Amino acid sequence: MSDDVLRIRTPISIKYQYSAGPRVSSHLLGLMDGRFVGKRCPVCELVYMPPRNGTCAKCGALLGEDVEVGQRGTITTFCVVNVPFLGQTIKIPYVSATILLDGADMGMQHLIQEVDAADVRMGMRVEPVWRPREEWQPSLENVMHFRPTGEPDAPFDSYAGHL
Amino acid sequence: MAERCAVIGVGQTQHTSCRADVSIAGLVREAVDRALESAQLTMADIDAIVIGKAPDMLEGVMMPELWLVDALAAAGKPVFRVHTAGSVGGSTAIVAAQHVMSGVHKRVLTVGFEKQSDGNAMWALSVPMPFGMPVHAGAGGYFSPIIRSYIKRSGAPSHIGCMVAVKDRTNACRNPYAHLHEPDWTLEKAMASPMLWDPVRMVETCPSSDGAMALVLASEDVADAHDGPKAWVHATAMRSEPTAFAGRNQVSPRASEDCANDLWRKAGITSPIDEIDAVEMYVPFAWFEPMWLESLGFAPKDHGWRFVEDGVTEMTGRLPVNCSGGVLSTNPIGASGMLRFGEAAMQVMGIAGDHQVDSVRKAFGHAYGGGSQFFAMWVVGKDKP
Repeated sequence: MSDDVLRIRTPISIKYQYSAGPRVSSHLLGLMDGRFVGKRCPVCELVYMPPRNGTCAKCGALLGEDVEVGQRGTITTFCVVNVPFLGQTIKIPYVSATILLDGADMGMQHLIQEVDAADVRMGMRVEPVWRPREEWQPSLENVMHFRPTGEPDAPFDSYAGHL
Repeated sequence: MAERCAVIGVGQTQHTSCRADVSIAGLVREAVDRALESAQLTMADIDAIVIGKAPDMLEGVMMPELWLVDALAAAGKPVFRVHTAGSVGGSTAIVAAQHVMSGVHKRVLTVGFEKQSDGNAMWALSVPMPFGMPVHAGAGGYFSPIIRSYIKRSGAPSHIGCMVAVKDRTNACRNPYAHLHEPDWTLEKAMASPMLWDPVRMVETCPSSDGAMALVLASEDVADAHDGPKAWVHATAMRSEPTAFAGRNQVSPRASEDCANDLWRKAGITSPIDEIDAVEMYVPFAWFEPMWLESLGFAPKDHGWRFVEDGVTEMTGRLPVNCSGGVLSTNPIGASGMLRFGEAAMQVMGIAGDHQVDSVRKAFGHAYGGGSQFFAMWVVGKDKP
C-alpha cells in the first residue's frame, strides 16, 4: 500500500486577454503619462480612482468626466505583511496600504517603502516614487512604491468616511 | 406566500488539514451519507440537489458539480450549482430552501465542500490583477487593513481579537468534528502569537481545512411526518455589493446591514440580542466577531468589542457565538458557510452534543464572502414560523 500513488502535482496555466474598456483605458493612458486619472460620478460627484467601467455602484449613473487627482495622498489604513506565499513578488515584511489620493473618494492598494514598517501610521501623507519613464507600462506598477512626504498626518475625520 | 421548509438532516465530515484518504467526491459523500442517515432517507428519496463551492481555482477543478453527479446519485435529477465566494455555503443552503419554499420540491439535498489540501488557497487568492500593484497577500492581506480601521474607529483594545480566538478554539474542543483541537490557549499565550498580517496575529486566523457539510431540507408535510429533530426555516436573506466603489464602508458594508435588516424583518425579530439564543457567525479572522455583532444589529456601533470583553459571546453568555468553534477552528471554505447554517440548525434541533446551548428556540446562521461583499443569513427555529 505504501507504494500507491495518492496525490500528484499537475501545474496548470491559463492565458487571458484583457479588454480594458473605455473608462479604465483613460486611467491606464494616464499612467503612461505619469498621471492618476479617475472618473467622477455625475450624480453623487464622488471620484472613482482607479475608475471602473460602467456605473457608479451607489447611484447607477454612468461614470462621466475624467478627473486627474493629486499625486499625493493619505494612508487610510494598512497592514504589515509578514507571511510568505507562493507567487509573492515583494520581499517581506512589507507595508500594503490603502492610499486615498487627494481629490479621490476611494482608496487604492499600494506599497509603502523608505520608512520603517513600525513607523507607518493611519493618516500618514505619502507621495509616489515613479520608475524611470522608459519603463512605464499601462499599470500602477509604474509607481515603485509610495513614501512619506514629511507633511503632518491628516486628521482622522478627514478620511474616516473612506474606511 | 412561500411554503414552509425545515432542516431534517445534518451531516458533516471530520475536518482536518489533509483528507488524503478520500477524493473530493468521497469527502462530499461522507457528509451526504451522514445527513441522509439523520434525515432517515436514502438517495432515492431526494428530489433535487444543490451544490455550493467557493472559487473553483482553490482546487483547480472547474465545475466540480459535474464530476459529483455520480457520487451524489444525481443523474436525472435537477442539480443547481451556487458560487458566492466564502459565503457560498450559506447562499447554497438558502437556494436549497427556496427549492422547497417554492413548492416545487419536497426533499432537497444540499452540500458545500472544500479540499484545501488539493490546491493552494493563499496562491489562488493572491493572483496579481492586471495593471494593479501586486501587494495583495491572501485573505489576511485583504482583511487586516479593514480590521485596523475598525480598531481605530471603535477604540477597541488590542487584546479583543485574541479573546475571540481563545473562546473559539476552546469551544472547538467540545466539537468532535472541528479541525483544530487546541485546549491550552490562554489570552497571554495568544497575545504572543506572531503577527502574520499586522494587526492580525496567527492565532486570530483560520486554518486551511478539508471538509464538507450537507443538509436535507424538507417541505412541511415531509417534515411533519419526520420522526426526528427538525429546525424550521423562519427567514432567509442574501445581499451583495461590489468589492470597491467610492464612499464604500468596508468595516460595515451596506449589503451586510441591509441583509440583516431584511432578515430580522422577515423573521419578525425586533431585538436580535433578546430573541436569538445561539449564533453561528462567519469569523475567519477573530476581529470580525465584534465587527459583525455591530453590523448585524446585535450590538450598538463601536460596542461589539465590549460584548467580547464582557463575555457576552461565550458559550455561557447572553449571546453564545460560535459554540462549534466557528471558522477560526475549521475552514473548508466552500463548506464553512453551510457549517454555520447547519450548526445553527443543530442548536435548534438539540443535537449539538457537548457544544449544545440550553433551550435554543431560535438560532442565527451567517456567512460572508469575497471582499466583505456577499452576505447570506438565516434564522431557524424550534417552532413553525
